[in-house]
Amino acid sequence: MLTLIGVLIVIIGFALRVNPLLVVTVAGIATGVAGGLSPVAIVSDFGRAFTENRYVGLVWLTLPVIGLLERSGLKERAQELISRIQSATSGRVLLLYLAIRQLTASIGLTSLGGQAQMVRPLIAPMAEAAAEARFGELPDKTRYLILAHAAAVDNVGVFFGEDIFLAMGSVLLIKGFLDGNGIHLTPLHIALWAIPTAIAVFIIHGARLLLLDRRLSKQFKDRKT
Amino acid sequence: MIRLEFIYALGGLLFLTVAVLEFLDRANPKRYRKTTFWGIYGITFLFGSVLPPFATGCLVILMVLVTGWKDLGASKVKTTTETERRQSAARLRDKLFIPALCIPLVTFLGTLLLPKIAINGQALAAAKDSTLVSLGLSVIVALVAALWLFRQRFITSLHEGRRLLTAVGTVAVLPQLLAALGALFAAAGVGQVVSEGVTRFIPADATFLVIVAFTVGMALFTMIMGNAFAAFPVMVAGIGLPLIVHKLGGDPAIMAALGMLSGYCGTLMTPMAANFNIVPAALLELPDKNGVVKVQIPTGLILLAVNTLLMYFLVFRF
Repeated sequence: MLTLIGVLIVIIGFALRVNPLLVVTVAGIATGVAGGLSPVAIVSDFGRAFTENRYVGLVWLTLPVIGLLERSGLKERAQELISRIQSATSGRVLLLYLAIRQLTASIGLTSLGGQAQMVRPLIAPMAEAAAEARFGELPDKTRYLILAHAAAVDNVGVFFGEDIFLAMGSVLLIKGFLDGNGIHLTPLHIALWAIPTAIAVFIIHGARLLLLDRRLSKQFKDRKT
Repeated sequence: MIRLEFIYALGGLLFLTVAVLEFLDRANPKRYRKTTFWGIYGITFLFGSVLPPFATGCLVILMVLVTGWKDLGASKVKTTTETERRQSAARLRDKLFIPALCIPLVTFLGTLLLPKIAINGQALAAAKDSTLVSLGLSVIVALVAALWLFRQRFITSLHEGRRLLTAVGTVAVLPQLLAALGALFAAAGVGQVVSEGVTRFIPADATFLVIVAFTVGMALFTMIMGNAFAAFPVMVAGIGLPLIVHKLGGDPAIMAALGMLSGYCGTLMTPMAANFNIVPAALLELPDKNGVVKVQIPTGLILLAVNTLLMYFLVFRF
């Protein structure tokens, strides 16, 4: 049971809003000590995993370009275009992106999207602009809610789209693991059973996006243009 | 052949440049700590594969210690005003979208093409690295396009990079630290403890309870580990195969597919999956780092219930 001390530290630390870097590092060291690892092994494990996962940090490479685009008025331009489409709402913009993201991921095109590549420069400003075109300047709280929804749509779309693609990591992991346990299935057989969930999540999350629209209309009903 | 290491070096150079810019800004509060932080991060990117893991580990711990109790805070970097941006938008019009679209399009095309194009019998990029290599290349293409179309100077892009990176803040390195935590969880055997805990509480002949224990267990374990792939082998070996497939006669493909997807519901609901949930919040400059998780929780919970019912009704039928 003592090995779970790291989990406990993370939960308490995150709840108390202590600097997450410190919480995770302390939790890692505590877990290692509880698991009987030597101090050198703990620090080495830390360093090795940090290096092996450098790929996650490559997303920051996009920031200089995104900064240039922003200072040159990309967001303002996106707002102008979106405000010309009468029927555009935040929820509908995001619903369309959800459909595209799920469909492209399901045929293996997961790189055609992403938080730094699509959401920050294009999708989030468009969703925000659609609401601003209707209701004028938004209070910060509403703005943050729309932005959070933009990020969520990208995640939901890719998670529950990619599993339908045969060559995706998750399908191959499942196949490999079951093969190792003497159960032999084709990737097609596994990917097929991801379809019901993919349809369900599109309905559930799509409905929530339309509810977001209703909530915004209600909140700003006296401002409607 | 373009090696992934080249793209990491590019990242390292960016972080080191940010460290230098932080140092040169005399009005910057916590100037030395910020310089140290981004400097170390840059070094781990540039020399990560040369440094012994122990040395990297020491550097990472030092980097965490300079952040202290609270985040270091964004640095003030001069950028354009809203009026200037409106004027610029009116002048550049749809040209503004070209560099923005370069990033997903070049990444996509590169992922498809780089492994297929061979020079002297060697592919331009290994298939497993092609997305990341293409992402790096797409940034270069987009940057060149933006500098040329908008008539901007290269140094401006570095200042803008610093503005956004310090707005993201030290949380930028959190996904890598969480991956390190996951490695230590695995080394210390946290997985076994959790799966033993879950299996101890379920009566093996109550079909519905077994299914619930499996799907909810996958989601919960994923929330702890931050990764469904880490939870999958443990839960399938603990409940999925012995109880659902072998004892109750369920279909292994349905058990495995819906089990993994239940894990994904957990991914939607945890700050531990930082690259999906915390990084976007930082990237969009949300004040609440859990803002994205909060929006995803209702979908995650409803979908977990749907997955559980789907498994209950389908797994014994095929």
